[in-house]
Amino acid sequence: MITKQQVEHVAKLARLNLTEEEKELYTEQLSKILDYIDQLNEVNTNGIEPMTQPIPTVNVMREDIVKRQFEREDMLKNAPHEEYGFFRVPKIGE
Amino acid sequence: MTNNIVEKSAREINKMFLNKEISAKEIVEAFYKKIKLAEPSISALNSLTEDLAFKQAEVLDKSISKGEKLSPIAGVPVIVKDVMCVKGYPATCSSKILESFIAPYESTATGKLWEAGAICLAKSNMDEFAMGSSTENSAFKKTKNPWNLNTVPGGSSGGSAASVAALEAPISLGTDTGGSVRQPAGFCGVVGLKPTYGRVSRFGLIAFASSLDQVGPFARNVYDTALVLQYISGYDPKDSTSLDIEVPDYTGKLNSDTIKGKKIGLVKELMGDGIDAEVRKSIEKSVQIFKDLGAEIVEVSLPNVKYAVPIYYIVATAEASSNLARYDGVKYGYRTGGAKEILPMYMSTRQEGFGQEVKRRIMLGTYALSSGYYDAYYKKAQQVRKLVTQDFLNSFEKVDLLISPTCPTTAFEFGAKVEDPLSMYLSDIATIPASLAGLPAISLPCGFDSKKLPIGLQIIAPALGEELLLDASYAFEGVCKFENKVPVLV
Repeated sequence: MITKQQVEHVAKLARLNLTEEEKELYTEQLSKILDYIDQLNEVNTNGIEPMTQPIPTVNVMREDIVKRQFEREDMLKNAPHEEYGFFRVPKIGE
Repeated sequence: MTNNIVEKSAREINKMFLNKEISAKEIVEAFYKKIKLAEPSISALNSLTEDLAFKQAEVLDKSISKGEKLSPIAGVPVIVKDVMCVKGYPATCSSKILESFIAPYESTATGKLWEAGAICLAKSNMDEFAMGSSTENSAFKKTKNPWNLNTVPGGSSGGSAASVAALEAPISLGTDTGGSVRQPAGFCGVVGLKPTYGRVSRFGLIAFASSLDQVGPFARNVYDTALVLQYISGYDPKDSTSLDIEVPDYTGKLNSDTIKGKKIGLVKELMGDGIDAEVRKSIEKSVQIFKDLGAEIVEVSLPNVKYAVPIYYIVATAEASSNLARYDGVKYGYRTGGAKEILPMYMSTRQEGFGQEVKRRIMLGTYALSSGYYDAYYKKAQQVRKLVTQDFLNSFEKVDLLISPTCPTTAFEFGAKVEDPLSMYLSDIATIPASLAGLPAISLPCGFDSKKLPIGLQIIAPALGEELLLDASYAFEGVCKFENKVPVLV
């Protein structure tokens, strides 16, 4: 079960400006999905290490050397708003 | 001679090209002609990469005229799922939020193909951000199943699967997170392989669920599948989860005799009530084929696979909610108009840019990772994921391979599952387990149901067991002869 208030809280965390209609729909659908997921609770997992990756790998280390892989100009090509070689964004705080 | 080139396998096309029976330019022209004929029926493609294809063809034709030695994949046209970056071309993920995105770099897997002389024809349609099982979640178009235009091609790599079934290319690339290569391969009657996690670099593949995502090939026969795997596999310093383990000679060593004396486990839990009776019958026939080929078949139980779908919808959505946080309207992609401050800009950009299923999964994943729920959902799912993996390890002490249906049903009609997300999720019930365990698995066409829709057989191997997986598939293909069956487009 998930309540509409929880859906509103999660939407805020996820930075989604959901419509009223979507809030209602997701409350209903996510509740159903979570009920289904709750069957995991019947499994005894005492002492089981959580699996974070499918194939055991180790940290890959390398020398801390600056490499110029991409040009600024190329990286800015996809920017919705670019100015003076920077990403332009609306006002942040007062 | 060249008018039926589109019906040829990758292997035959390469041979004809190397023998100078056809030029690379003629190959490209023939496939674009076919694409223009087939696309109005199936809508498998988001964009064509014509400039690139003709440029690559020109280089190939020059090389061959100079007598240079070319690879076994040279001259073979490829279609690439629109989740992978091909430098200078769109990579939309079939999402409004990336509709105008042009890839500034090349994915490792595609780069390796072009370097070997394969030719990039087009980018294929998919479920938005690879989230879905029918390709209906594309923001752009509905891809049709070439076997029956009223049914879905499966997903999320529906465009890649449908394009190969409809002869728009002999091979294509897809990505598989919970079955997104195998399930559409099953629905479209083609071969689809998900390699071992880490076998193929994920660099340049736009991330959905990083502990599950893997690039995999589609083809109409096993050799062509092995051929693509040969070129896309290998360690990549740009993906720290790629495995630094030598790539075997997959094509050279293909052998249909290896299967003799091998033990194959039929997964009991994936042959039960949830599986359509016609599908089950077809799998039983496949079991008989393997017996006739000299394999021993035993029934195997994987008691925790029934939890695979609930595990997946926590793990994959949690990872997705994190991976998709980058779409904020700042660096690339869609930005809402008119927002005067940054927070409302983020909120509206994401609200307007993402489709329903993507938002639903971001919500679910964010919830599972949120304060107070992390242990109950995310940690719990990861623990049960370990138990599913343990089931596989236990079974592979007794058998060499596992088999099951790829999908519980054949292709369903448009709209059949859109209103009920849970029923859509359950169509991946047979493919998700191997994804959770990181294991290689393949879907092979193994027959048709009474509606004349293809049925898929799934074979699962231990980690890095691609050679045996391909050998078994090759032997099965030799009996089943599925490569001769192609849909007739109206």
